[in-house]
Amino acid sequence: MKKFINDVANVEDEMIQGMLKAYPQYLRKLDCGNVVVRATKKEGKVALISGGGSGHEPAHGGYVGTGMLDAAVAGAVFTSPTPDQVYEGIKAVATDAGVLMVIKNYTGDVMNFEMARDMAEADGIKVAQVISNDDVAVKDSLYTVGRRGVAGTIFIHKIAGAKAEAGGMLEEVQAAAQKVIDNVRTMGVALRPCTVPAAGKPGFDLGEDEIEMGIGIHGEPGVKREPIKPANEIVDELLDHILADIDYSGSDVAVMVNGSGGTPLMELCILNNHVHDVLTEKGIRIYKTFVGNYMTSIEMQGFSLTLLKLDDELKELLDAPADTPAFR
Amino acid sequence: MTDSTKTAEIIGSVGKVIEEQKEYLTELDRPIGDSDHGINMARGFAAVEKKLPTVAGKDIGTILKTVGMTIVSTVGGASGPLYGTAYMKAGAAAAGKTEIGMEDFLKMLGDAIDGVKMRGHSDVEEATMLDAMVPSLNAMKEAFAAGKTTKEILDAGVKAAWAGAEHTKGLVATKGRASYVGERGLGHQDPGATSYAYTLQAIASNYC
Repeated sequence: MKKFINDVANVEDEMIQGMLKAYPQYLRKLDCGNVVVRATKKEGKVALISGGGSGHEPAHGGYVGTGMLDAAVAGAVFTSPTPDQVYEGIKAVATDAGVLMVIKNYTGDVMNFEMARDMAEADGIKVAQVISNDDVAVKDSLYTVGRRGVAGTIFIHKIAGAKAEAGGMLEEVQAAAQKVIDNVRTMGVALRPCTVPAAGKPGFDLGEDEIEMGIGIHGEPGVKREPIKPANEIVDELLDHILADIDYSGSDVAVMVNGSGGTPLMELCILNNHVHDVLTEKGIRIYKTFVGNYMTSIEMQGFSLTLLKLDDELKELLDAPADTPAFR
Repeated sequence: MTDSTKTAEIIGSVGKVIEEQKEYLTELDRPIGDSDHGINMARGFAAVEKKLPTVAGKDIGTILKTVGMTIVSTVGGASGPLYGTAYMKAGAAAAGKTEIGMEDFLKMLGDAIDGVKMRGHSDVEEATMLDAMVPSLNAMKEAFAAGKTTKEILDAGVKAAWAGAEHTKGLVATKGRASYVGERGLGHQDPGATSYAYTLQAIASNYC
């Protein structure tokens, strides 16, 4: 394992400290645990809180700021934060308007956030939640805990955040978030796995000429292994799954070509080039495109493709101003 | 009958067996999960051991609630909230009590089970800790109703818990990370059901 770290035990703490030092105008850290909140609390507004394991930077601390999150709670690498940390985050940002928790669909995340919610509600804080589950690679069936929440979550932060910033009530902010969840789908692929610092070795092995389709964001194996092929064909395969899941025909979409942490922008642009060609050919109108590292898996070499189907409300909220370290 | 001092001792003995079985529990987690169950639980009980002296002499409810909170804030993943909830619910059922009898104990276990079901949105036959918890409580209730001795009741519970853990080998997990492996999980004993069987075994051997 070769990484720019000092001690595996301090990875999360030093990362948060570095983030704070880079963006003091945006972020403040609570004394207890790795919870970052906006430097200045906005009273009277529904507060948005998200989080999960570390290793997905800039998610979620990078999205704390005007128009997006109010708090982000960071657990150990790829491990859910504990309820007491989430609870402290909720308490720090709660207003009379209430708090919306944006949770990615993983058993641990859901349970820890729901426990924090119980604790906060016992204090009389109004808390609602949404659970993102945009990954089409995992079957949503009776036999699994359902789809995983991946890069589409960033659109929830943006759109629900804009709704809250505009003075939306808790139910309205939650409804906006749910509308994103209902209309967003993602699928990812990896060329090379990532290594959790504490584990010291990759979560799985991939041959020089192999790719892992349907990869999650925690270095866990995907759903299918196949030989490497040209970028356009990989895009075609991802789009086959995404477009089969929701009917996007004739609609406006936001596209996110999200790097997993170790993929050059050059390649993300090559991928985006074909995404646009295919969608245009299918009569799907691209309203806005995001290319970059939004939801990473440490140094994984891979990317995910997200499509969000837009209506007028979602367009307006997507266009509303945001000012955070990672999204402006 | 057990009291506050005894409760603290029992918790200590649960921590000891979890520490002893740490590697075995982690090994069970490897093929179906993310190989950390024993490590995480042992970390939680190490924190519990440090915390227990701060509640010495308090009522049983306070002791168990503290155990639950400590587990929740140190274990992480899914086991933390599930075991933490179980101890907190058992504690709530014993709030203010410095002594409990078998009837109280069975009520505490029942509340703990309800808490785990609620927290995990789960039930029996899904290859989880509930497959050890539920049959063991049923066996104890039956023995209690039949007028058996405390030892006989607890022995029946432990036996049923191990049988329940064994039973998970034939189940396809539909909850938690193990659900991602689907039928490939068949033949593997659930680590959570196993750690619960060890827990009840430790409680039983120190109860009287």
